[in-house]
Amino acid sequence: MIRYLLPLTIFLGITVLFIYGLQNDPRYIPSPLINQSAPEFNLPTLHEPELNIKMDTLKGKVSLLNVWASWCAACRIEHPILNNAVRNYDIKLYGLNYKDSRSEALIWLKDLGNPYIESAYDKDGVVGIDYGVYGVPETFIIDKQGIIRYKHIGPINNEQFDNIIMPMIRNLEEEK
Amino acid sequence: MNKRFMSILIPILFFYAQNCFTNDEPVKFKNILQEEQYYNLLEEVRCLVCQNQSLADSNAPLAQDLRNEIYEMVNSKKNNNEILDFLVKRYGDFVLYRPPLKKNTWLLWFGPFLILIIAISIGIIVIKKQIGDK
Repeated sequence: MIRYLLPLTIFLGITVLFIYGLQNDPRYIPSPLINQSAPEFNLPTLHEPELNIKMDTLKGKVSLLNVWASWCAACRIEHPILNNAVRNYDIKLYGLNYKDSRSEALIWLKDLGNPYIESAYDKDGVVGIDYGVYGVPETFIIDKQGIIRYKHIGPINNEQFDNIIMPMIRNLEEEK
Repeated sequence: MNKRFMSILIPILFFYAQNCFTNDEPVKFKNILQEEQYYNLLEEVRCLVCQNQSLADSNAPLAQDLRNEIYEMVNSKKNNNEILDFLVKRYGDFVLYRPPLKKNTWLLWFGPFLILIIAISIGIIVIKKQIGDK
């Protein structure tokens, strides 16, 4: 009996392990920055190079920081969702333009619409490293105190925006 | 046919090989210790874009940025712990090929031994049974 049962159990065990493995996205790596203060930055804005934007600007209200670039194909998929989001909800959305050319980024926003209150221009990706960015687009939810509460890796789809991002923002807004 | 084929193929291969390396600027160090430290660190750190490549192997732009970052830190005489800590704080334990022993890495470290023990036990049971059958 054992002779037949043992291989079967091992087979089933491995199958369960594989099914579990297939449902995990290897691209998703948990960020150590969750519940940590959002790293400081002081960068020129995308639209006006002589003006600077600091991390402090984001404090006081729950905000979203979206890392994007004009060379990033997935950002193009995500963009209409962000446009819709700022149209339909009262949210503070900031951009971090990551390793991009200023002129191309500006054209991109002109063509596709600009959902951002402001985009910080991180030409060399130095701030990107501080935020542990490894695959654009990435989106951070930062609370009123300037603490990172959530990180989304990859493009946000409508469902994720409505079911994950928006409820989280509402919850955080209730906090003092 | 082969010779002609090779005479076309080889230049093509060289062309592509060159493309793979041109974004790497040569790095210069003050002393050999720093150079060793730099190259050892590159082997220890995983590139998050091409997850099965180390920073030394990867051609991803992020890997290039992180190499520069590590180079700067090595040059300013930071030790290995400080440099790896800098990376772990931003990207998590996943950047390390040898993550620290923690609750969630326990299985990673000891899983292989666990499987070995199970395999040996099964082996012993099977052998014992076969001897018993005789």
